[in-house]
Amino acid sequence: MINYFRLAYRNLGRNRRRSALSALALGLGVALLLLMAGFFEGEMRSAMESSLRLQSGHLQVRPVGYEEDKLSLAWEDLIENPEQVAAQIATLEAVADAAPRLMASGILTVRDEAVGVQVLGVDPASASNAPYREGLLSGSFLEADDREGILIGRPLAEALGLSAGSKVNLLVNTSDGLVNEQAFVVRGVYSTATPTLDKLVVLMPLAKTQTITGAQNRASIIFVLLKDREQAPVVAQAIQGKNIEVKTWQELNQLLIETENFSNAYLLLLNLIVLGVTATVIVNTLVMAVFERTREVGILAAIGMKGRQIMTLFLAEAGFLALGGIGFGLPIGWALCAYFGKKGFYIGDLGITGMAFGERIYTYLTLEAASSLLITALILTLLASLYPAILAARLEPVEALHGKN
Amino acid sequence: MEVAKVTDVTRVYKVGEVETHALNGVSLSIEAGEFTALVGPSGSGKTTLLQLLGCLDQPTSGKVFINGKDVTQLNRNQRADLRKGAIGFVFQFFALIPTLTAYENIEMPLLLLGKKPSERRQRVMELLDAVGMAERAHHRPDQLSGGEQQRVAVARALAPHPLMILADEPTANLDTDNGRQVMQIMQKLNQETKTTFIFATHDPRVIQYAQRVVTLRDGKIVDDGNGK
Repeated sequence: MINYFRLAYRNLGRNRRRSALSALALGLGVALLLLMAGFFEGEMRSAMESSLRLQSGHLQVRPVGYEEDKLSLAWEDLIENPEQVAAQIATLEAVADAAPRLMASGILTVRDEAVGVQVLGVDPASASNAPYREGLLSGSFLEADDREGILIGRPLAEALGLSAGSKVNLLVNTSDGLVNEQAFVVRGVYSTATPTLDKLVVLMPLAKTQTITGAQNRASIIFVLLKDREQAPVVAQAIQGKNIEVKTWQELNQLLIETENFSNAYLLLLNLIVLGVTATVIVNTLVMAVFERTREVGILAAIGMKGRQIMTLFLAEAGFLALGGIGFGLPIGWALCAYFGKKGFYIGDLGITGMAFGERIYTYLTLEAASSLLITALILTLLASLYPAILAARLEPVEALHGKN
Repeated sequence: MEVAKVTDVTRVYKVGEVETHALNGVSLSIEAGEFTALVGPSGSGKTTLLQLLGCLDQPTSGKVFINGKDVTQLNRNQRADLRKGAIGFVFQFFALIPTLTAYENIEMPLLLLGKKPSERRQRVMELLDAVGMAERAHHRPDQLSGGEQQRVAVARALAPHPLMILADEPTANLDTDNGRQVMQIMQKLNQETKTTFIFATHDPRVIQYAQRVVTLRDGKIVDDGNGK
């Protein structure tokens, strides 16, 4: 068998430029697809991480039938004594943090400009506020007893020309179906690098949110972070209570998971298209080789080489071209992913609601994605090369010896 | 002992609606150790007869026997297997694999036969010596003269200890000296190894080497006699 490889390797060396260009086409395709795989994976991971840290947490405890899109403040849609419930949940070994959050819709007005916002009432001392605390760009973080302070995201601050110390009016829905309005001071401006949320979410101390909305001692959800998110189903089972339900991060991020599945399917299609094109280049090279070496195939057949052995010879040539292309494309694709994994692609605000896409995508190439791409490239190239290989194997010796194909 | 026999063989080539009878009811028997020339003008059927004897082609009708076996009943792979061990070829064009050295070209049939490396090495060196090419063993075909290439082709044909070697116009592309050298080598190997040689030619200088001369014309054998 090794001699087929030797012969195949030397055959490729006959027209080095043509062989190199064929391998290069596959190599560039592989490099590009590795970058794309890193891009998609990075985008999805970043969106999931943002969602877990900012929106869903690892678990959410909420009243049965709570609809997060409605931001209902009706008392029956809220959890009573949320701090007590959160404290109980926090005693579980697997729980890293549990904090009540009260959500309400509102309108922020400055001078003659008004913007719809989502008021997020948080316990300022909670560890789950870390993304806001760490992302504070100016001013100071909220204090639990602050009755006038709010934090706003950078896109909102830029849109309204606000900064730490600016005064604003906030109109908030209340539990009795009315609205309440009050003047607030922007204590600080934060950025979680998630424009979709940063332009929408206004942070307010929980106590103040409960007061202004009339929710009193109630919250929309208990936001739970776990030490290991894979423990979510087990911990969810452990949390029981009257009129409450527990949602895991998988249930809360269904749209994102479906989007990821869709993007994987899209990526697979893209892989097949690009690799199909590059495989065509290799097939073309091999078809030319079959035509150029028809007489040689005749000689090999005359000295007793069988059709499948001739086929193996051409498939070995295709294999070398594929491995050469992969060998060229892999380091380039890996290097590009490593570079953009550090620097990231700036994409700004995609304007997609319901998913927490970051403003910058950091490529993330998994071993699984890379190996599956490389194996697909090799298999697809070999499959496509069956055509010239069969073409060569089916040549009639007597005709091939006369150069007829 | 009879190594090859054709019985009432015809070979008709059809191109579109036109039929060409390359061979027309040819019968011939070749004994072991013969040094036979198939002669005749272009289009007489020499090459077609060689191709049938070499199991490279199948007759339209009639039978071809190699070592007593009816090869017209064999499929493509079985014929390849038969060629591999029993038949050696020398072609008019210097039919060597251009990417392989002289040594590797001679080794190729032995590789196909699955011979061990030590056996292969010994046989290739023996043949390189026999055709006077030991010094040029590691040269590729493009580094060899036409005569040298044809000597390597003869050595390759002999490598698997075949029953017979079929040579189609083996000297047609060689000058007089090289042509003579190749014929002398083939004759010497025929005498030393008792391998059967059948060669197609229309070169009178080549015909003089033959023990038996079979003359074809218009796809029929018109004469079958002694050469010398």
